[in-house]
Amino acid sequence: MIEARLLTKVFHDKKRGQIRAVEAVSFRAEPGRIYGLLGANGAGKTTTLRMLATLLRPTSGTAAVAGHDVVGEPDKVRANVGFLATSTALYARLTSREMIAYFGRLNGLDEPSLRSRISSLADELDMHEFLDRRCDKLSTGMKQKTSIARMLVHDPQVMIFDEPTVGLDVMTARSIVRFVRECRGRGKTVIYSTHVMSEAEKLCDVIGIIHDGKLRAEGSLADLLARTGGPDLEECFVKIVSPEGPG
Amino acid sequence: MSWHTIGTIYGKELRDSVRDRRTLLSTIIIPTIVMPALVLGLGKVASAVISKAKEEIPRIMVIGGSDSPGVRGELQRSGRFKAEPASADWKSLISEKKVRAAAEIPEGFEKALESGSAPPVTLYDYEGELKSGLAVDQLRNFFIGMRERATARLLTARGLPATIARPFEVKIANVAPPEKIGGNLLGGIVPYIIILLCFMGAMSPAMDLTAGEKERGTMETLLCSPAARTDIVLGKFCMVLTGSLVAVACSLVSMGVSLVVVGASFGVNPAGQAGHGGFAPTIDPVGMLGVLAMVAPVAVLFSAVLLAVSLFAKSFKEAQSYAGPMVFAIIIPAIVGMLPGIDLNLRLALVPILNISLVCKEMLSGVWHWGYISAIFGSTALYAAAALALAVKMFRCEDVIFRT
Repeated sequence: MIEARLLTKVFHDKKRGQIRAVEAVSFRAEPGRIYGLLGANGAGKTTTLRMLATLLRPTSGTAAVAGHDVVGEPDKVRANVGFLATSTALYARLTSREMIAYFGRLNGLDEPSLRSRISSLADELDMHEFLDRRCDKLSTGMKQKTSIARMLVHDPQVMIFDEPTVGLDVMTARSIVRFVRECRGRGKTVIYSTHVMSEAEKLCDVIGIIHDGKLRAEGSLADLLARTGGPDLEECFVKIVSPEGPG
Repeated sequence: MSWHTIGTIYGKELRDSVRDRRTLLSTIIIPTIVMPALVLGLGKVASAVISKAKEEIPRIMVIGGSDSPGVRGELQRSGRFKAEPASADWKSLISEKKVRAAAEIPEGFEKALESGSAPPVTLYDYEGELKSGLAVDQLRNFFIGMRERATARLLTARGLPATIARPFEVKIANVAPPEKIGGNLLGGIVPYIIILLCFMGAMSPAMDLTAGEKERGTMETLLCSPAARTDIVLGKFCMVLTGSLVAVACSLVSMGVSLVVVGASFGVNPAGQAGHGGFAPTIDPVGMLGVLAMVAPVAVLFSAVLLAVSLFAKSFKEAQSYAGPMVFAIIIPAIVGMLPGIDLNLRLALVPILNISLVCKEMLSGVWHWGYISAIFGSTALYAAAALALAVKMFRCEDVIFRT
């Protein structure tokens, strides 16, 4: 489970001064459900997710991830989180197997467990054909599978996806979406950020709309549509983030 | 701190670096070929150029001396010069290297020489030009020989022995063993090259493991793992240090092989004396071990500084633009250490790099100042620890890691 409580992040920029990238964001993501964080570019999605993955430290507020506090126990949080983003790349000079094994070792898996885990992930994701190929020789789809295996190697309770389908072709994007659904099916807590409305509509059980660093609205797709009277999520999103608000 | 995590990160970085051509080039290939290229290549070329220049019979011009036909004739007959009367543009001909040197024989020289008080002969050369220098040396030897013969003739005419003008000879004999002479000759250049290669060996892995990872997006992947930040820095630092030490080891091995090959080509006997009476420098192995021991904290210092600097950069290219000028900061004190007349003292013992350069020079020539050695080792280790602490601090800083 993820429970964010008044998460705030302020950056200091020499030219622009203080930038409040995320301001008092609170939400709750439950196991077996997909929480969608929907927002335009620069809305504060990545900063929020980086705070949850303990890559960034909140300026104020906190969050509990899998029962551990992101400020007080960042190492334990990371041990229970799988994080996948467009910015989390693979080591080009390592093979797919070496990449997965490296992160398995960093997560404390012993060698016999690691071998068996890599084998089962390769079965599950159909990776045997390219498991010993260097990552720089892999196709985009193969790279995504390797990234997913890297993310799953320690079987985390919480899965964080930060715009994982950006720049991917339709088939690869579909396989990611299918994988996210499987995570929900396995009872994982899933948080999924996107600016693609159709993805959020198809995938998310709960949608939080974030704009200018603030969580403007939250609820199921049906709730949001009912609240704004919009015919679809896109209209609903526009009404919520417009200066006049949904009213 | 987890040794398992540090070891895991180090193992991965080592495997990754071995597969990186840039790192292999800077840590193994360049250090291995630099020394043979310097010792064998440059030495051979220089030796060939000098031998060829010495074999050449220089074309010289004789200015004046029309009333000294004996001197002019002797110059011609010596076979050491192609002597010809000076033309009006003799200076330009020397500048253009068509003529190597000129000798000005004053008026009435030969007659005055008979009486034992001839006016001076002036020799002209193009200073700094090898062949001109060799020609003027030969001319000087020719006239010195002529002067000695004239002296002997005058003394004999007065019934005095010729040896009265030179009652004794002065001879110089060497008592220093070959490795000490080698230390004095190579003591300046060897630490300079080792310091430089130590830095160059750390440069590529430091940039690749920090700025390179940020640029390729793998840094964020790594930061998602439960590995503590300190462990990540230490794992990467160990790899950078490995790069630096491997570069030094490769340069030392190739230096040793080069010196053995040079020795063999000179026909050096076990005492270090060359077969034809010449001398080929050797290096004291104990001094070399001392140099290695002193280079260890420098490698730590370089690795930590380069790691911190590269970590700040957003991309490999930006890291290169920071690390590149640092080479000058390394070269300048290393060159100052090579200069003659600069001796180690307590103040200089605290100046990083310069202190290593000076103490290595001393150790290679067989001088061991244990007080200074301790001060240098201690101070360098202290600087290295401070640089490593800075790298760890920077790695914890979000503004540095996510700098865009």
